[in-house]
Amino acid sequence: MIRASSDSAGQYRRPRIVGVRFGVVAFRFDTRVFGMLGVALFLLACLSAWTLTLGSFPLSISEVYGALAGSGSEDTRFIVFDLRLPRLLAAILVGPMLAMSGAIFQGLVRNPLVSPDIIGINAGAGLAAVFWIVTGRPLGFLPPVAFTGALAAAVAIYALSWRGHISAPRLILVGVGMNAALTAGMTFLIVRAEIYDASRSVQWLTGSVYSSDWGDVRNLAVALAVLAPVALALMWSLRTLQVGDLTARGVGMPLERTRLTLIAVGCALSSLAVATAGPIGFVALMTPHVARMIAGPMSGGTFLLTGALGAMLVLGADMVGQHALPVNMPAGVLTAAVGAPYFLFLLYRLNARL
Amino acid sequence: MSEPRARISVTRIGALVIAALALAVVTLMSLRIGSFSVTTADAVNAVFNYSTESYEETVVRSLRIPRTVIGIGVGAALGVAGAAMQAVTRNPLAAPSILGVNSGAAFGVVTSVFFANFTHPFQFIWFAFAGGLAASLAVYAISSAGQGGVSPVKLVLAGVVVSAVLGSWLTALLLLDQQTLDIVRFWLAGSLAGRDINVFFSVLPFFIVGAACMVTLGNQLNVLSLGEDTARSLGMRTNGMRALVILLVVILAASSVAVAGPIAFVGLAVPHMVRAVSGPDYRWVLAFSLCVGPVLLLGADILGRVVIRPSEVQVGIITAMVGAPFLIYLARQRRIADL
Repeated sequence: MIRASSDSAGQYRRPRIVGVRFGVVAFRFDTRVFGMLGVALFLLACLSAWTLTLGSFPLSISEVYGALAGSGSEDTRFIVFDLRLPRLLAAILVGPMLAMSGAIFQGLVRNPLVSPDIIGINAGAGLAAVFWIVTGRPLGFLPPVAFTGALAAAVAIYALSWRGHISAPRLILVGVGMNAALTAGMTFLIVRAEIYDASRSVQWLTGSVYSSDWGDVRNLAVALAVLAPVALALMWSLRTLQVGDLTARGVGMPLERTRLTLIAVGCALSSLAVATAGPIGFVALMTPHVARMIAGPMSGGTFLLTGALGAMLVLGADMVGQHALPVNMPAGVLTAAVGAPYFLFLLYRLNARL
Repeated sequence: MSEPRARISVTRIGALVIAALALAVVTLMSLRIGSFSVTTADAVNAVFNYSTESYEETVVRSLRIPRTVIGIGVGAALGVAGAAMQAVTRNPLAAPSILGVNSGAAFGVVTSVFFANFTHPFQFIWFAFAGGLAASLAVYAISSAGQGGVSPVKLVLAGVVVSAVLGSWLTALLLLDQQTLDIVRFWLAGSLAGRDINVFFSVLPFFIVGAACMVTLGNQLNVLSLGEDTARSLGMRTNGMRALVILLVVILAASSVAVAGPIAFVGLAVPHMVRAVSGPDYRWVLAFSLCVGPVLLLGADILGRVVIRPSEVQVGIITAMVGAPFLIYLARQRRIADL
């Protein structure tokens, strides 16, 4: 077993690996990471319960429990089920999707500064969605439309930064340019649109979960339930890509096909979250770092931890924006206020490598 | 030895004359074209021989001339500022907007309107200055901190993220206060149309002094662009000179933001377009940028007037749509991405 002090992971401790086999399916996991995952999920549950009690009509924990269990008054059931629960669930579903997508893109490009919001993938989803909104098409198709936009942007960025191979700095620069162009396109559509559609688009673009309803929650839950296992299954490929193109090819990995699959899954995770909640910035960038810092290099367990932390981040930002400030702030404003300084700190730390 | 040099200079002077002619043509087009087209004769009359009776001449006089004058001033300022920024940072992607001058100035304006209840551009342009200066210094400091110095990627990323932070705070302030939003939202769009020509005249001294100083500094920029060590060994006080140039850049860029709102990518694209003709000598690059900047900005503005006639697209949107692909093109140049 290797004992080494890793740079960002602090003191790297000996993993406690346990192997499990169910018939033909076998996997191994690190009990330490899963312990942390348990702690994170417990904290998330506490945070969720607390959120349900907060609001202009405060409830006690027992009242919330009563409403969830089906007893309790009509009013408390309405407050919990129709007002607070959809918003809470949307936050804790959007968070993991953004964070997992960030983990995939960072692993793919092998650069910790890459995330779908910086390199223009969310802007692709946004442009497609705004186009859909301002042309007055049915809003039910927003998720697939946003996904198409994100995937098109991602493929374009990948193709434009291709010069025999992909270099991370080039990809970032191309992505920043793409982001600017797509954002200008969005501004163009919003300026031209009718005021009602424009204000709906602007509202969506601030990035918030406050208007989520049960339909949104269902969409998000289905998306996460499908995509998270796929992403988890791809973790092995992602880890193999980390060691470099040559080695990955050497162990028999179909390089470009794997990359394309990972891009598709990353785009799907991010764009489906963005389609519902708008572009909540910096969650995708920041969360994978925090997860790696506390649990070590990216693996299945760390990936799940990334998801749990993403849920906590978005939920926390939404809670602060809703309850702790004198006026309601969309979650996106708060995640940017926290995430951007963190990004600059990372940039400072990683200077030597860019 | 002197023979080829003289010939090159003649070519350059010829090219400069062509650029000046292009500026004249674009200026005339800017007076003529719009949701309401005007003949050349009317446009010329409106400038030199204005009579209040003619509807066409009134349109040109009251709307198109201010717009065109502002476009020329702002375009020239942004072009020169971009060229100087690239010389002083030795970085092909340095430009005022990428350094965060635009978002810093926007933040300064919104903050001052929010806290001090300003209502008129005269009052808040100074905060645009301060915000632009502070943001660009922050971006440069962050991207030069740590080992490795400033690389194009670090500069761009720091600029993007500082702009994102300022943008999110700006959104927060605007959400807090509808009144502030109402005062600044028009200014925030980045447009030459409907601007107050008096605001332009009040910052005109900054444009003139800034551009004049910068153009005379061409030789110093040449030395600075050779790099720190060479510049020092040639006897230049690099820190002082660099600070002076950056100050001038921010004065130029922030004044243009104060007049026309945030307009991106002009400062980035102009020096690259110019260098293809002028060569690397900054005395020429600056002279060309002075002409090509307004051509580009007015060209974008004219494009914005015709694409969805009779309505208009703000010039800031057009420059971003045209300039961003240019950034991608630059990023694909091998020498930049490998820096």
